[in-house]
Amino acid sequence: MAQPFRLATGGRIDRARPLRFHFDGRSYEGFAGDTLASALIANGVHLVGRSYKYHRPRGILTAGPEEPNALVGVRRGPGRFTPNLRATQVRLHDGLEAVSQNRWPSLGFDLGAVNSLGSPLFSAGFYYKTFMGPKGAGDRLWRRVFEPVIRHAAGLGNAPTQPDPDLYAQFHEHCEVLVIGAGPAGIAAALAAAQGGGRVILCDEQAEPGGSLLSETAATIDDMPARDWLARSLATLAAMPNVRLMPRTQAFGYFAQNFVALCEQVDDLPDDGPRLRERLWQVRAGRVVIATGAIERPLVFPGNDRPGVMLADAARIYLARYGVAVGRRIMVATAHDSAYRAALELREAGIDVALVADLRPQANGAWPMAARAAGIEVVTDARVIATHGRLRIAGATVAIAGRERKVACDALLMSGGWTPSVHLHSQSRGKLVFDEALQAFVPGASVQAQCSVGTCAGRFGLSAALADGARAGADAAGIPAPVHIVANDPAMTGGTLGASREHARGKAFVDFQNDVTADDIRQAVREGFRSIEHVKRYTTTGMATDQGKLSNMNALAIAAAELDAPLEKVGLTTFRQPYTPVTFGTLAGASRGDLFDPVRRTPIHDWAREHGAVFEDVGLWKRAWFFPQAGEDMQAAVRRECAQVRRGAGLFDASTLGKLEVVGPDAALFLERIYTNAFGRLQPGRCRYGLMLNEQGFVMDDGVVARLAPDRFHVTTTTGGAARVLHHMEDYLQTEFPDLRVWLTSTTEQWAVIAVQGPRARDIVAPFIEGIDLSNAAFPHMSVRDGRIRGVPCRLMRVSFTGELGFEVNVPADYGRAVWEMLWQEGRKHDAVAYGTQAMHVLRAEKGYIIVGQETDGTVTPDDLGLNWAIGKAKPDFVGKRSLTRPDMLAANRKQLVGLLTDDARTALEEGMQVTANATPAIGEHALGHVTSAYDSPALGRPIALALVEAGRARLGETLFVPTSGRSIAVTLVAPVFLDPEGARLHG
Amino acid sequence: MLLIRCPYCEAERPETEFRYGGEAHVARPADPSSVDDAQWSEFLYFRTNPKGDHAERWRHLGCGRFFNAVRNTLSDRILATYKAGEKRPDLPGSAG
Amino acid sequence: MAENRLSAPALVSRLPHGSDRVFRDDAVAVARAPAAARFILRGGDEVAARVASVFGAHPPARPLASAQAGTRAALWLGPDEWLLLAPEEDPEPLGRALQAAIDGVPASLVDVSQRQIGLSLSGPLASRLLSSGCPLDLAPAAFPPGMVARTHFHKAEIVLWRRADSFHLEVWRSFVDDVLGHLEQARLGAAGLVS
Repeated sequence: MAQPFRLATGGRIDRARPLRFHFDGRSYEGFAGDTLASALIANGVHLVGRSYKYHRPRGILTAGPEEPNALVGVRRGPGRFTPNLRATQVRLHDGLEAVSQNRWPSLGFDLGAVNSLGSPLFSAGFYYKTFMGPKGAGDRLWRRVFEPVIRHAAGLGNAPTQPDPDLYAQFHEHCEVLVIGAGPAGIAAALAAAQGGGRVILCDEQAEPGGSLLSETAATIDDMPARDWLARSLATLAAMPNVRLMPRTQAFGYFAQNFVALCEQVDDLPDDGPRLRERLWQVRAGRVVIATGAIERPLVFPGNDRPGVMLADAARIYLARYGVAVGRRIMVATAHDSAYRAALELREAGIDVALVADLRPQANGAWPMAARAAGIEVVTDARVIATHGRLRIAGATVAIAGRERKVACDALLMSGGWTPSVHLHSQSRGKLVFDEALQAFVPGASVQAQCSVGTCAGRFGLSAALADGARAGADAAGIPAPVHIVANDPAMTGGTLGASREHARGKAFVDFQNDVTADDIRQAVREGFRSIEHVKRYTTTGMATDQGKLSNMNALAIAAAELDAPLEKVGLTTFRQPYTPVTFGTLAGASRGDLFDPVRRTPIHDWAREHGAVFEDVGLWKRAWFFPQAGEDMQAAVRRECAQVRRGAGLFDASTLGKLEVVGPDAALFLERIYTNAFGRLQPGRCRYGLMLNEQGFVMDDGVVARLAPDRFHVTTTTGGAARVLHHMEDYLQTEFPDLRVWLTSTTEQWAVIAVQGPRARDIVAPFIEGIDLSNAAFPHMSVRDGRIRGVPCRLMRVSFTGELGFEVNVPADYGRAVWEMLWQEGRKHDAVAYGTQAMHVLRAEKGYIIVGQETDGTVTPDDLGLNWAIGKAKPDFVGKRSLTRPDMLAANRKQLVGLLTDDARTALEEGMQVTANATPAIGEHALGHVTSAYDSPALGRPIALALVEAGRARLGETLFVPTSGRSIAVTLVAPVFLDPEGARLHG
Repeated sequence: MLLIRCPYCEAERPETEFRYGGEAHVARPADPSSVDDAQWSEFLYFRTNPKGDHAERWRHLGCGRFFNAVRNTLSDRILATYKAGEKRPDLPGSAG
Repeated sequence: MAENRLSAPALVSRLPHGSDRVFRDDAVAVARAPAAARFILRGGDEVAARVASVFGAHPPARPLASAQAGTRAALWLGPDEWLLLAPEEDPEPLGRALQAAIDGVPASLVDVSQRQIGLSLSGPLASRLLSSGCPLDLAPAAFPPGMVARTHFHKAEIVLWRRADSFHLEVWRSFVDDVLGHLEQARLGAAGLVS
């Protein structure tokens, strides 16, 4: 029979739209409007999972996001597997495929359940005790036997194995009032707040807003049935342009200054194409009204985890909203009046209610009296001491005033009372106070502009919720609070915390998801843990994905009883974000693949790609690394590129270099303070190498400083350092030298930069340059002019990072590719090559030119690099100058830049290798230095390397060693300039 | 994400538009060559790191300006922001 | 800015950088703004006044404000920094005129015409798409027409300027692909939203 537990009438499901779904491979039927949980129960399925530690069979315990047991994996096609979803929140759709978790080989027969037999091994602190096991033989046993078994058994759900094809969006949103929770209090708050005209957001985690109103059968509001009032109110809100109603939207994190994160479920249907699955809303709200309600508390009794045992109000919800009976013969165990309502409504629906067993000595409120009047048997001073059945409850043993009685049932509904959902208030850093009368923690003073209303504030009852919500909304809107009239909503009281110690037969679970029992908590206290934070970590209570929504108060009460301390003195553990787990997709949003980080490309990028360049990432930039020709590997390509630059010429895309224009009457003075070099006497039209230190005296950047006019400089920085250098300069300019009249403007992206380097460089650029005399006399090495290149504005520099005659052609970026192609065509007549960053590295290393970040690591001074010549010694001050005379900076054993040549002239070194005094250094012997750059040098026909070595300059000519796997390479220290030390080629 | 009031833009802006710049009011000696090594080390490396109100530098990437803020390091609340060069405001209960 | 004696028209072609991933539908249109002359002006009140005399639009002193004169606009970026926008394809004549106007006043004028690219966003979902990567409140009450903010869109710095019926974005050229890619994703992510 299809859906044997679906009642003939009732519920808010669409019976005209049956849906087929699969759970663990079996096919079932449900209706549109069902959750996976309601549809399973309609089919009589309560057993939905195995517990984490003991692999005990577990059933559906709740009807909401607090569900600890019914975690399922949902498969929606390739790449669309989501583990650990709460069946109570999974919306049913046609073809849904869900699987249970933590069971092997099957849900009904699970080998892991032997853990249950060995449960003393798995008691409180199991992991801590086990991981501190004996070393030696025990250690091996651990690694070979225990660890693999535990690893196989551990974990919650299976991670997906394929990339997620779906879309996840993220939006910022702003509103005057954010109302969280669309139950009676939240709706009343939104209705009132919206009248102020400000932007109001009302979000609710359920597909259908309404909260408890959705299962309200008796009460009236403003003289109409509660459900009618709900429909009218939602219609009112939907019609208001300043209200955003957000169903299926969980507020999961509350951060500083009313910044609240919401996760909206958009689409969970399977499909071939990508679907928009979830949206993250980062909301900044003027005021926040928290109306998150309360969560019913389980009772802690032996066997309280057997499938079929569930919270009383959950049973009511399944009945009222889904037309589903959770069983045919119900027993109720309670300490609170609200469970009587569940019993009454189930009885009215024709379900047999065997017994209501109330823990309290007497129960004489309106609801217990109504239950008795309806003929339901009620016993007081009654506690459940055992449950029976295997994969589904078959009955329970109740001790009534000391006398035992066995009751047959197929569902046991429990209620230990209600715990206000203070999570968001607590996340907002609001304090919690213990309400003695309620026996609950309720929100204390707010820290941010927020308030809690209704049951989450400990104010129970429909009337209180509406009044509370209306007042908060009206406060936000600046209007008088609307009044809502409630009738037929008798008060409910009661509740208990913790667990009784008597009659303990078997495990009484406190934390269902992490399998923590009342005894575990008592044991932790006996073993000396006093702080609830320590008890939590030792027992793992409250540390599962549900974060103890059901268990924290019971755990706290048990610990307090064991400590013999008042509950409020024991304190509460911290409530953390997220309230419910959030998918990685939602947190990542669109930031994946090419959009993970910006991919910056130069104006010449496409040309390089079309010419076969292999690219490397430098910061966010893509740079052409080398240009392999047919049959070439990287080494061959780089060797060819280097040789051709030295023989003929090379074109290099240097557009990524950072560029700044430094302008103002004090520009030279400012640069003198920022760089080590002297710029005062640098003439317009000339360039100078610039070395930049931080205040600690360490090299942080370098580049070329070109003086365009007395008050205007063009400054280049390293590719990766551009933003850092501008920030550093602005820092000094604004905070240390605010009197200087100089301004900095980034021009990195204004210019495309084409370096033309090599003996024939002039032949390549000269035909196109207009208005600049390129002769050595008029335009010597380190010159700059603004002119034109075939009509295009051009800032031409004669500079070199290769040691060859070189020009850098700066043109406005739009023209970069066309000018490059023009020079390339001309270059082909002059034996020119396009070269990439690897050849650039080799060429500069042959000349001993440093690269900041390669030869430097934040601990290297100018003197370490042999760059004392770049320091303007006559200058009274520059950033870093004072630090250069600190004792450590003058130490004789500082590491200094040297060249290394391997003695066999064949073996190549690698960057990062250590340099030592002995061929086979003793363990603990410290290295003298390390290799910073190592290449095969085509010009020298042998490998070369640069290294930082202690007192390296005094050791030139010495042989040191580079120990590597299994051998030691003998190296000779040489000056770090391998080629043309006189610089004759530069000036050609 | 904090909201920080930029004293130059005269508006609150999200934290992602700002960059932290360390403790404020640590003056660079006017003539570094005249201070001894110990004083210079003090300037370079030693900071107060208070538990409580802390005057610190921030830069707003929007307008590009450095400014100062008093932030409570315990509550992570920014109590005041003010332009570079201005005196640290007196705040009720503010330490230091 | 050194004087260029030659001003022959460029004999090589311009190639604006960035993808053509612009799009348009009923709810939003993303378009590239035409080439323009752009200058970063730095300095004090006197410089602003001098520039106003030749540029038309007076660089505003009020934070986050803009000034327009015909097709020219001056956008406040910081207390001593403005972005000047003009529709000229060739920025040089305007640059020379502006430089001449501020001669003798401590100031900085730098041509950034090709440093960045203009994008325009219009339609009912324009601010929603921007909100995917920009945390500012973009409601008209909080960010009215004429307002300017240098902020960020995802990881790209942008200058955001609200005009009468659209948003104008100034984006450094190598970040345009990233901005357009995120706008495209945000359009998909805004499915079913009306604002």
